[in-house]
Amino acid sequence: MGERQIELEVLRYNPETDSEPRFQRYSVACRDEWVVLDALNHVKETIDPTLSYRWSCHMAVCGSCGMMVNREPKLACKAFLRDYQGVIRVEPLAHFPIERDLVTVIDDFMDKLKRVRPYLIPKQEKPVSEGEYRQTPAQLKKFKQYSMCINCMLCYAACPEYGLIPKYIGPAAIALAHRYNQDSRDGGRDQRQQEIAATEGAWECSFVGACSEVCPEHVDPAGAIQQVKIKSTVDWYLEHLMPWVKK
Amino acid sequence: MGEEMSRKPYVRKFTSEWIFRHPRYLRYLAREFSCLFIGGWTLLMVWGLKRLAEGPAAWAAYLEFLKSPASIAFHVLALGFAAYHSVTWFNLTPKALPLQIGEESVPDAAISGAHFGAWAVLSLAVLYFAGAF
Amino acid sequence: MATSNKPIVWGPFAAGGTLTAFITPALILLTLLAALGQAPDLLAYERMHAFAGHWLAKVALAGVVFLSLWSAAHRLRITCYDLGVRADTAVATIVYAVALAATGASVLYLARI
Repeated sequence: MGERQIELEVLRYNPETDSEPRFQRYSVACRDEWVVLDALNHVKETIDPTLSYRWSCHMAVCGSCGMMVNREPKLACKAFLRDYQGVIRVEPLAHFPIERDLVTVIDDFMDKLKRVRPYLIPKQEKPVSEGEYRQTPAQLKKFKQYSMCINCMLCYAACPEYGLIPKYIGPAAIALAHRYNQDSRDGGRDQRQQEIAATEGAWECSFVGACSEVCPEHVDPAGAIQQVKIKSTVDWYLEHLMPWVKK
Repeated sequence: MGEEMSRKPYVRKFTSEWIFRHPRYLRYLAREFSCLFIGGWTLLMVWGLKRLAEGPAAWAAYLEFLKSPASIAFHVLALGFAAYHSVTWFNLTPKALPLQIGEESVPDAAISGAHFGAWAVLSLAVLYFAGAF
Repeated sequence: MATSNKPIVWGPFAAGGTLTAFITPALILLTLLAALGQAPDLLAYERMHAFAGHWLAKVALAGVVFLSLWSAAHRLRITCYDLGVRADTAVATIVYAVALAATGASVLYLARI
């Protein structure tokens, strides 16, 4: 294992001095096995301490270090330098406002996450004395995949509909709503439908599928969204054509 | 320190450049453009129904019209795009309609495969009963 | 926010997309053969007229026409929006109107067969 001279082209933006972002080139000696995050840390430690970016776990579980690497949404800790040739272009995650350098304003996502009520809403309140909620492996399987979301927002950066329609609730929020709807302990689907089956919910999705392709945890939000569309459509036709049928 | 930081978030303009960010977006547009050919071909068939209703001479003229180079070119493109629609649709079906039996998910390949199989059988049946072979 | 009425237009789109995925390529192949001068037997006037004369075939043909045109119309609407055309209501009105008009026309023609 050796070293490699890496050229990074990083989008910089200082809200206190800049009217718009600009690219800055860094040339940094990196080890072969490094990821983009290591290169950024090396830049910050040895070349330019003003470079700002979010990161934490360095092992693709915290979801902090999402950014565009050569125009593709990636976790910087999971983007291996060995997979890139030439100049590596690093930009903040697409479709979010830039706070500073590679740090984005994520308020929109946090707000949407809250709106879908990403917590168990039991059908009936059960006191602790009545014991725990029991769940079979089959019941767990129905929602487990969608619980793996680390809120990294790569899916929002990949989704052209979110770029086009800022009001769109977006892949992760819908996938998380779906995770709770699919949980046998939950009874809150009707409440979540008000958000995810609204116009700005699943219906803005055109099944591009980019979200699922970039998701580092293989949540498959695109699949979740289509399942929401189908269930919502069946509900709608039952409600309007056969109102006597209870859901 | 002691001064408040002033925030001035920068909103990047969203343009159609997203189409070229990755080949998957071009493939998506190709899939979406299949609608022009499937819709266009269907309109062509509606025109054929009109000519069919107008009698044997009109129908013969319609069949002749189908033989024009423009029509042949359109048909070849339409066949390609329609097949692309089918392939993408059936590959996406397991995502929209997952099947869980007990603790296991039925593999995506099985669900798609069943659809491709049905597509093949149906197509052969249509061609056979139409007397294409 | 209330749940949307999008299912009205999405339901037929999904049905039409599925239908066209299964049968449209084979049907295009039939008319392509005709275009190349190798028209299959069914496309001869007598057989085609007899086929389309049956009430069941008329219902089926009208249904295939409607679902095919509707799903194409809906997809075209979405694509226009994807490519930056902002006037979604206008585009939707036009594409769905064309789909419905052409379906209506096909019903008229089928009635005359």
